[in-house]
Amino acid sequence: MDLTAFLIQVLNGVQYGFLLFLVASGLTLIFGIMGIINLAHGAFFMIGAYLAYSLTALVGNFFIAVVVGLFAMVAIGYLIERFAISFLYRRDHLYQVLLTYGLILVFNELQKIIWGTDFHSVPVPALLAGSVPLGSTQSYPIYRFFISLVCLAIAAGMYLVIARTRLGMMIRAGAWDREVVQTLGINIGRLFAIVFSLGAALAAFAGMIGAPVSSVYPGMGDQVLIISFVVVVIGGIGSVKGAFIGAMLIGLGDTFGKVLVPNLASFVVYALMAAVLLWRPQGLFGRGT
Amino acid sequence: MTAKIYEPMSRRTLLGTAAATAGLATAASIVPFGVAIGAQAKVRIGILLPYSGTYAMLGNAITDGLKLRLAEAGGKLGGRDVEFVIVDSQMSVPKAPQNTQKLIAKEKVDFLVGPVHSGIAAAMAKIVGRAGNPIMIVPNAGSNAVTGPLCASNIFRTSFSNWQPAYPGGKVMADDGHKTAVTIAWKYGAGIQMMAAGKSSFEKAGGKVVKDIQVPFPSVEFQANLSEIAALKPDAVFAFFSGGGAVKFVKDYAAAGLKEKIPLYGPGFLTEGVSMAQGAAAEGIKTTLHYADNLDNAANKAFRAGYKKMYGKEANVFSVQGYDTGSLLLIAMDAVKGDSGAKKAMIAAMEKAKIASPRGDISFSAAHNVVQDIYLRKVVKGHQNLMGVVAKQLADPARGCRLA
Repeated sequence: MDLTAFLIQVLNGVQYGFLLFLVASGLTLIFGIMGIINLAHGAFFMIGAYLAYSLTALVGNFFIAVVVGLFAMVAIGYLIERFAISFLYRRDHLYQVLLTYGLILVFNELQKIIWGTDFHSVPVPALLAGSVPLGSTQSYPIYRFFISLVCLAIAAGMYLVIARTRLGMMIRAGAWDREVVQTLGINIGRLFAIVFSLGAALAAFAGMIGAPVSSVYPGMGDQVLIISFVVVVIGGIGSVKGAFIGAMLIGLGDTFGKVLVPNLASFVVYALMAAVLLWRPQGLFGRGT
Repeated sequence: MTAKIYEPMSRRTLLGTAAATAGLATAASIVPFGVAIGAQAKVRIGILLPYSGTYAMLGNAITDGLKLRLAEAGGKLGGRDVEFVIVDSQMSVPKAPQNTQKLIAKEKVDFLVGPVHSGIAAAMAKIVGRAGNPIMIVPNAGSNAVTGPLCASNIFRTSFSNWQPAYPGGKVMADDGHKTAVTIAWKYGAGIQMMAAGKSSFEKAGGKVVKDIQVPFPSVEFQANLSEIAALKPDAVFAFFSGGGAVKFVKDYAAAGLKEKIPLYGPGFLTEGVSMAQGAAAEGIKTTLHYADNLDNAANKAFRAGYKKMYGKEANVFSVQGYDTGSLLLIAMDAVKGDSGAKKAMIAAMEKAKIASPRGDISFSAAHNVVQDIYLRKVVKGHQNLMGVVAKQLADPARGCRLA
């Protein structure tokens, strides 16, 4: 592999990492702070992509569609937390797994009823439709750079909110010790509702922003869910910084795995996870038990 | 026609089934007592197809095609009413043996229709072939083995073997003047077998495959592989993906600027049923398959019009395969006048079947695989337009089949 080819592959890996971070960050927030194993995360991702498809067709503008879709998803997330998840905080993890698995089935059925089983796609917004040449034969779509930028902005925004704001302080405290936070007079129920809605919205946002370079189809969230869990586990449960590093590792690992050891490509990310866990069982930035 | 449907079931189908059952109950209650005794039992058709996940569209299209054909024939097989027992395969190979057993032993179906996935097909064929019962018709899965080493007298295939649409594709590439090619496909039965077939005819015609890229199934992250192709600079690329993966691959290929520089070829699944979603990225791509939208024959015109009228959408190759499965069922049951116990006579009739299909005339080989024309098609405004016949009445080599 010459230097140009190598750099292009690094770009591919980083770019994939950004997309993974966007999905995994919502999962790690919910997982780390609320202790909820949200199997429906992939379903939120899928609903996001379908919302982008329908709303873009409806309002004619991708960006407006994303904003509308985000609000819709925050509302859906809030309702799910209030009317389903909130009853299970005191229960065993198994109940949460059952409930969120049930949510997958519900969302898949809803998707079939509303949108059917055909394949759809969302056009790349005209503003970002071009591409820049890279190497002698390949060119890189501008929209992919745009995705990376948006993901960077989200990562920075999340860092600022969590490190610098009162809400962020409560979130960090809630992740650390739920009971103490409650005794300090913080309404933990409301905090959890906010975190869950945000997590759902992040997953849906990833689905929406990724829709123009992907295709929109039934069950598209299943794969995303598994790889997101890998990212979260590598990074350390509950750590947004960990999710970012984990996503980059997986993005690069997957890309170079496909190129360098194609026969083992499907194992590379899991081998990476196993290696990290052997070295640090709590994940890269997990705080251990 | 009635249907019994296993989970996961959509609310609409549930309501539809309930309504149909209620209607039947009322009808039955006004039939005088003595008459009911003479009434024949319904023919039970077990269906094992995906209705959820990536390939849900295929399962629905096949079922729709099958139901259209039976509806055209008055909803009866050999004079008997038809009952469907529908199971969602969920594309799960591990669940396939259990689902197959359930349909055979518990539901005691007269016919088994399925599946879409080659891995599931192998699992089903092992069980059904060994049991010798019921008659199974494969309406999609192309696994060469099903009409090869696993072939059996009670297993027929109306769709294709993976070898069939792919083999002529390699020659098309060579005939267009390409000397080198990269093959890229999902790493599972269908992908591996189609790439091998395309490669063999391309190299026989003087070409050279410089790299065989296998992508983990069902990953849709192609960027790394596209950069690899760009670095290798072959004359052409031969690809197999289907469904959601096909949409994304063709779009990514165009977005990476490769479409104008390195023409894309492949078995028709690359664009079949998904070219509308692929949009401009699919325009002009040449593929080989056993069907084209605008085939000029009476059966195709009637079929496409009927399909559009009944379902409000365009037919594709998968609906054709379901439709022909219906035709084959009709031939079998008409030959024995509804006596579904006469397996030998039905199989004999199916072996001799000549069907004027929407895809042209088809018949069946000694290995019970469909014998059919393979067409060269080109995507024009989202339609799979006919460019010519690349292989006339092509039969699968059926390697390892003891019937052949």
